[in-house]
Amino acid sequence: MRQIRSILEGVGSTVQLLLRALSYVATLPRQSSRFIEQCYLIGYTTLPIVGILSFFIGSVLALQAGYSMQNFGVMQFIGSLVGLSLARELGPVMVAILVTGRVGSAITAELASMKVYQEVDALITMNIPPERMLVLPRLAAVAVMMPVLTVIANIVGWFGGAMICKYTAFISLSPKAYFASMVQYTKFKDVFDGMVKAEVFGLVVVLVCCNIGLNTRGGPREIGASVTRAVVVSLILILVLDYFVTKILI
Amino acid sequence: MASPASQPNPLPAAESPAVGVSVEALSKSYGKLDVFKDVTFAVEPGEIFVLMGPSGSGKSVLLRQVAGLETPTSGRVMIDGHDAGSAETREHVRRALVFQAGALFNSLSVYDNLALYPREHQMGTEDQIREKVMRALEILSLGKTAETFPSQLSGGMKKRVAIARALVMEPQLLLYDEPTSELDPVMSATIDEIIGSLRKEYHVTSVVVSHDRDLALSIADRVGFLMDGRLVHVGKPADLREPADPRIAEFLNPKIDVGNPRFKKIHTET
Repeated sequence: MRQIRSILEGVGSTVQLLLRALSYVATLPRQSSRFIEQCYLIGYTTLPIVGILSFFIGSVLALQAGYSMQNFGVMQFIGSLVGLSLARELGPVMVAILVTGRVGSAITAELASMKVYQEVDALITMNIPPERMLVLPRLAAVAVMMPVLTVIANIVGWFGGAMICKYTAFISLSPKAYFASMVQYTKFKDVFDGMVKAEVFGLVVVLVCCNIGLNTRGGPREIGASVTRAVVVSLILILVLDYFVTKILI
Repeated sequence: MASPASQPNPLPAAESPAVGVSVEALSKSYGKLDVFKDVTFAVEPGEIFVLMGPSGSGKSVLLRQVAGLETPTSGRVMIDGHDAGSAETREHVRRALVFQAGALFNSLSVYDNLALYPREHQMGTEDQIREKVMRALEILSLGKTAETFPSQLSGGMKKRVAIARALVMEPQLLLYDEPTSELDPVMSATIDEIIGSLRKEYHVTSVVVSHDRDLALSIADRVGFLMDGRLVHVGKPADLREPADPRIAEFLNPKIDVGNPRFKKIHTET
């Protein structure tokens, strides 16, 4: 009973945080430097790890697909399989998980530390709403950067798959044939749906991490506990929401 | 350090007049723990009210109610006729709180800490804000620290930066939480001087929470005494020289007894 109440309170406070942050959306133009800083942190600094992981995810997808398909003589469909899998599912989910680990944890740690050391109280007494200064720029930045990161992850992953197809002896599929199959079966809607999913995941991750950070009480130990909680809750929500968003988009 | 009052170029006085504070039958509990009960007092506009009491008596919690950071269990705090926690008060009353630990923004330089409020509230061009910030830093003899970060400052400097940050806000109500704790006597005297001169120069209403007897005697217009969760005394600082209440007398003039049997007991038990 207590856990259900705690979950409902968490959902309620997160929704409230979103609404309060959105009520300051008109202030975003004069917070452009904070927005750009957050775009840099969320997008640019996450890019290398997104690139490396998506390359290997595309590669392993192609390798597994080639291994499984060699008995059926349908090697020409590896491109479409890798294309669709990355665009619709693996790209957005992988980017969301990376953003949770790299950015979400940092957001929670920063905001929890600000809360514990009374910096958030100082903002409130200065009539500077934390939702305006600390939450809104992060939400706006993640809304912009998630689709960008997802598209980059897709492209790098597709090329990773193409390389494996070309250089693996038992596959030996030319990049031309690989991409022809991909273009034939992977439509813009598939890529767009993936971007929508990434957008939803990104916003939820940032909201959850901000909310948990801003509600931290206690000392340094609680800051660590908040970071753990934020990452765990975000990962669970990504996978649960993945099903529901996919269901809606299909 | 030069006396703040003697600075040639003080910050302009706030356009709005100082505000009064009225604490009415205020009680605060955390679960079953009663922090204080039925506290009532008023602070006149432009007055310096020092709230004293032993550690753990609820002074800082009471100050947080006045700052609008916490809601009372019962009773209310009114600032200029409006509830302390209301959006109206936040919007219309410039209220600054000097936190015990400074509560400076660690990721910002000292300059940016001070410039945050005027920038956020669009109190002028960047040049005007720079002038205001540098003047506040000079008043508190902190001109050379503008580009440093809070982590590079001593405790006393952090306190002065926190006061400078409050000063830049041109507050109508200035709240101090233990402004002289952890400071050496010279720095404590300087802080006392600053608090007094801010009232003199800018007619700011000040509520100071402290257990520093010297501070109360030197700058307060009136002193309140919080003990065991009750406001047991409100009066002039002169009353504290010969307090009628024996608990206040003992707090202000503690007798040191190294032979106290209770310490012996601890010693033998351990």
